[in-house]
Formats: sequence, structure tokens, C-alpha cells
Amino acid sequence: MNSFLTHPIPVSWYLLVSAVLFALGVIGFLVKRNLITVFMSIELMLNAVNLSFVAFAHQWHAVKGQIFVFFVMVVAAAEAAVGLAIIIAVFRARNTLAVDRINLMKL
Amino acid sequence: MNGSLHLWLIPLLPFAGFLFNGIVGGKLPKWLVTLVGLAAPLGAFLVVLSAARGLIGFAPAVALPYVETCPQPWISAGIVHVNFSLVLDQLSTVMLLIVTGVGFLIHVYSVGYMNDDAGFARYFSYLNLFLFFMTTLVLAGNVLLMFVGWEGVGLASYLLIGFWFHKDSASNAGIKAFIVNRIGDFGFLIGIFLLLANFGTLTFSQIGAKLNADPTWQGGILNIIALCLLFGATGKSAQLPLYIWLPDAMEGPTPVSALIHAATMVTAGVYMISRTHVLFNHAPFALGTVAVIGAATCFFAATMGLAQNDIKRVLAYSTISQLGYMFLGCGVAAYSAAIFHLMSHAFFKALLFLGAGAVIHAMGGEQDMRKMGGLWKKMPVTFACMTAAVMAICGIPPFSGFFSKDAILYAAYLHGTEGKILWGVGVVTALITALYMFRLWYMTFLGSPRGEEHHHHPTPLSMQVPIIILGILSLCGGWVGIGRFGRYLGHTVGPMPTQGGSLRLELILSGIAVFLAFEGWMIIDKYYRRNPERPAQLVARLPGAYKLLFNKYYVDEMYGATFVKPLLLGSRYVLDWFVDKAILGSAAWLLAGIATMSGGILQRWQSGNIRSYAAWLAAAAAAVLLFVVVPWATVLAGFGIHIGMAGH
Repeated sequence: MNSFLTHPIPVSWYLLVSAVLFALGVIGFLVKRNLITVFMSIELMLNAVNLSFVAFAHQWHAVKGQIFVFFVMVVAAAEAAVGLAIIIAVFRARNTLAVDRINLMKL
Repeated sequence: MNGSLHLWLIPLLPFAGFLFNGIVGGKLPKWLVTLVGLAAPLGAFLVVLSAARGLIGFAPAVALPYVETCPQPWISAGIVHVNFSLVLDQLSTVMLLIVTGVGFLIHVYSVGYMNDDAGFARYFSYLNLFLFFMTTLVLAGNVLLMFVGWEGVGLASYLLIGFWFHKDSASNAGIKAFIVNRIGDFGFLIGIFLLLANFGTLTFSQIGAKLNADPTWQGGILNIIALCLLFGATGKSAQLPLYIWLPDAMEGPTPVSALIHAATMVTAGVYMISRTHVLFNHAPFALGTVAVIGAATCFFAATMGLAQNDIKRVLAYSTISQLGYMFLGCGVAAYSAAIFHLMSHAFFKALLFLGAGAVIHAMGGEQDMRKMGGLWKKMPVTFACMTAAVMAICGIPPFSGFFSKDAILYAAYLHGTEGKILWGVGVVTALITALYMFRLWYMTFLGSPRGEEHHHHPTPLSMQVPIIILGILSLCGGWVGIGRFGRYLGHTVGPMPTQGGSLRLELILSGIAVFLAFEGWMIIDKYYRRNPERPAQLVARLPGAYKLLFNKYYVDEMYGATFVKPLLLGSRYVLDWFVDKAILGSAAWLLAGIATMSGGILQRWQSGNIRSYAAWLAAAAAAVLLFVVVPWATVLAGFGIHIGMAGH
């Protein structure tokens, strides 16, 4: 009982969670057909990496890892804005978001 | 005169004319093209005159040889240092006066001759280009620059022979001239390489100084070098065995035949041998070969000229024959005599061609002498000048050819025992020369007109004036005398050989030559004037000999069978069918097949489906991860396989 509160969670647990999240992201990216879900899977992978960054930063008392996370989040936010815009444009043009059907550059 | 002579202007003025007429001439009015086309050679001629002024004594003399070098080196690599250097000495002065002077006259003549031609501007640009390269060749201070001019005149000659390129025969003749000249140039090029390897320099004066410094250096490699240069000269100067291109070169416009294929370009070989005479003097075998080639060519070409009916072809063979005389002169080390004959030949042969051009012009393009006759009444001035030229080429005094031919034959006679044989060949050739030249004279100008009556075109003034000037030169050109001429040129090419000679001997020898020339005249007079049916009877009596001469000893056919045919067959069957189609072609198809097949397999990868790309990416990332994380050495060691540093 007290061990759970007094002892810090070992870093390997964080990494395990991060790996699981990343794997879920990859699987979602490969398996899902809906463009929005694929997009969310990418976000999931990014955040999995973020988690491992933070875990290592805490472990090594190095602030660089956390700064990296901020960068990743900024890029992810920008990417989300652009990506969603593209998704809307694609949907308007093709009436579908199935990745398999969006395999040509031209309409 | 301490100031610069501006020798560089001599080649560059015609070059400017070439650029102007070649680029914009086609769109300009004819008078402007004419103006530029004539101004370029005239300007060059004036520069030459102003340079020669000092040499003849009208102005303070320049120290000869006078050298003008471009400050920027041309080639500088290892031991090879070559500059753009122009050299003016007695030899190049004489040659330049001939090239630009006769060249200018022929340019003037061309204005009238080519007046109706659609390619008027193109013609003048080529002619100026020729003068550019020819003056470069003459002025060159080293072998390499001379070679540039040498190749350039070959190019100009090719362009002008094939000037009427829509005619198959003309373009074929151009190609033939170019290829035969290439064969000779190959020898010249090898000679240049050998010069560089043995002397370490290509400058004429340095090569001469090295040879003069060591009089015991005779023969050996020098013979080989000189023979290589001689091979180049036989190509350009149409000597045995490479003379075959010159008769065909008559397909070009007649003024071109006069300028390039009679007066100037074909004499480049003689000029080159005179320019490198120190080398030839040190190579006795090569020098003897020059004499033998010259004598043989002058005899055989003269006999071939006997049976031709095309007026220009007769002149072509006579050109080859006269060039043979010049080679003979070089071969007996009488370079001054060779250059002397080069000069008088330039006058009378240019005149013969220009006169023939006037005749052809008057006959409306007819070149067959059998259809001419009785033209002296219609073109008396041309007839008079042509007569002077015929007298000159036959060596009848006091015309120019007498003096120069006599000088060569005299020098040959003095050249030891074998010289007597060479002299004999030369004298017999003088007889044959008289035969074919007077035959031409009688068939063209005398007798009654044969063939259908042509509308007679009058000869324009621009054609008449050069003919008259050259007529005067053909008469007076030799009066300077070989003695004075030889002393003048002696500074450059060494004195005339006079050992064992005397005035009495010279008079006897020239008497024999003149007698034979008159004898030739008389024979032709008997055959063609007094009973015109006799030539046909003679032909009927000696059909074999006539056929042999008429077909020019079948040399073209022989070359065709021994060189051209095997090359053609080899190209078609061995190179084209076997090497190209069978080996290279199938190899190319095999490679193409492999590429297509592997492409067919690999293209499945490029599905265009983004998820398949992502899957490959993920799989590859996983593979890399697996490779990095798993301790392979340990795992494999578990199976008993040791890799890398397993021993440690």
C-alpha cells in the first residue's frame, strides 16, 4: 500500500505505456480506412513519443526532453490545423474519406 | 622599320569577310556582299605589300625572319609550348604575294563568273575562309599552326568542291577530296608527333637550329619524320599515290579550281617541304623519295591528260603534272627553283583555269572540248592570254614557265647519276605537256566550231581584267630569273645547287627542252590542224593504249577494288550486320529485357496506396529495431555459429 505511494514508478513502466500507445497508433494507421481515424492514430504516435521524452527527462533530470515535447506539440497542433483543412477539402472534392479510394493525385 | 608589320591582319581580314558574308551576307544586296568579299583579300594583299616593301628595298628593311607572336600562349603542357607565332621571311613573303595577289584577282573574276548564282554570298564567304586558312598556313611559325591552316584549307576546299551540293557528283567529289586528304594528313600528324618527340619543339626555327648544330645527324628517325611529312604533302599536293581527288575536284566552280586546285592550296605541300627543308636535307632517303614521286607523278599525270576531253580535267592533270615538277625540284634540293615554278605556275595555271572558265561561260556551261572550236574569233582577248599561258606551261621562251621549268630540270641534271634519269623523265614530260596543252589549244580555240551553235555569252569586264593581268604575269613572271630569285630565297631555303654546272650545259639542256616543246607543238599541229581526222585514226590503231589513258590507268578502279570495296563490304557485313546488329543489338535487347522484367516485378511495390507504403515503412523500422536490439552474436553463438569477434 505504502510502497505504491512512497516508491516512484520505475521508468520502464512509462516506456511500456509509451510503446503500447505507439503500437496502437501504428496499427490504427495501417488498419483504419477513415482518414480522420488515420490522422488520430498519427497524433497517438506523436504523444507516445512525447511520453517517453518526458519520462527520460524526469529520469535524467534533463530539461531538454521536456522542451522537445513542447516542440512536438506545437508541430502537432500546426499539423492538425493543416491536416483537418486538407481532410475537409478532400471530402468536399470526393465525398469520401476512405484512404483506399484516395490513391490518385488527380481527381 | 621598327614598327609592327601587323601580320595578324593578313589572315584576320579574310576571316572577318568570311564571318560577315557567312552570317548576314545572304540577306544583303549583292553589291555589299561583293564589296566585303573583295575588300578582305584586297586589304590582306595591301598588308602583304606593305610588309614586302621593306624586303624588296623600297623602305627600311626589317630584320628577317620577322616574327610576330601572340602574347598569350596557345598550348602549354609539359614540354609542349606552342604559340600563335607568325613568321615573315623571304619564303613566306613570296608565297603570301602569290596567295593574296592571285587570290584577289580570282575574287574579282568570281564576281562576274558567279553573278547569277543563288549562293553568291555563301561562295564569297567560303573563298574568304580559304584565304584565312591559307595565309595562316603560310605565315605559321610552327608546325602545329601550319597544320591548323593545312586542315582549314582542306575544309574550304571540301566546301567549295561541293559548292553545288545538290549535284551528287559534286558532293561526292567533295567527300572524296576530304577523305583522301585525311589519309595524307594522318601521315602529317604522325610526323608532327615524331618531331615533338625527337626535338621537343614544333617551332621551325628551333628545329632548324637543332639540326644545323649537328651536321652528323643524318637519316634514321629523320627519314621517317620526313617521309611522314611527305605523305601529308602528297595528299594535299595531289601526288602519287594520293592524287586521285584532284581531277574530281573540278566539280567545283571554275574560279575555285583556279585558286585552290591550281594556284595556291595544292602547292601547300611544296611550301611545306621548302619550309622544313633543313629536315629533308638531313634525310637523304626521304629527299630522294620526294624526287622520285615528283618525277613519276609529273610523267603519269601528263600521259593521263592526253586522253581527256573535259577541258577542266585536262587542266587538272596538267596541274598534278606541274606539281610533280615542283616536287622534283624539292627532291633535288633546288627549293628556290621549286618555289620559282610554284610562282610561275600560279600565274599561268590560274590563267588557264580562268580562261577555261571564260570559255565555259561563253559556251553556256559546256566543258567538252569536242564541242568547242574556233573560239578565237569570238573571244580574242581570252584567246591571246590563254596562248600566253599555254606557251608558259610548255616552257617556250620567253614565257614564265620556261625559266622556272628550266631551273628545275637543270638542277635535276646536276643531281648525280640518278639525277640524269629524273631529268630525262622531266624532259619527256615537257614533250607530253606540249602535246596535251596544244591539243587543248587547238580543240578549243582553233579550227571550226563543232557541236551545235551556242548563244555566245560575252565575257564581263570583271572576268576579262584578271585574265589580262594574269596574261601579262604569265609572260613576264619569269623574267626575274632564277639567279636573282634563288639568291633572294637562298636566305631561307638555301642556295641553288650549282656543283658541276656551267652556262653552256644549262643552255644545251634548255635547248633540248625547248626543242621538245616545239616538237610537241608541231605534232599536234599536224594532227589537229592539217588533217583533223588523224587523231581518230591513231585511236583506232592503238585502242588498248587509248583506253588505258582514257580511263586514267584504272587507278580509281584499282583503289576502289583494293580499299573502298573491302571497306564498304566490311562496314556493311562485318560491322553493321555482325557487330552492330548481332552482337551489340542483341546485347542491348537483353539488357532492355532485364530492365523491363525487373521493372514489371518491382512496379507492384509502387501501388499508390498510402497504407501499403506505411506498412513497408513500419516493417522496415521494426526490422532495424530488431537488428539493433537483439544481441545477434549471442543468439547465433547459441546455435554454434561464431561471427565477428566471437573469439574474444
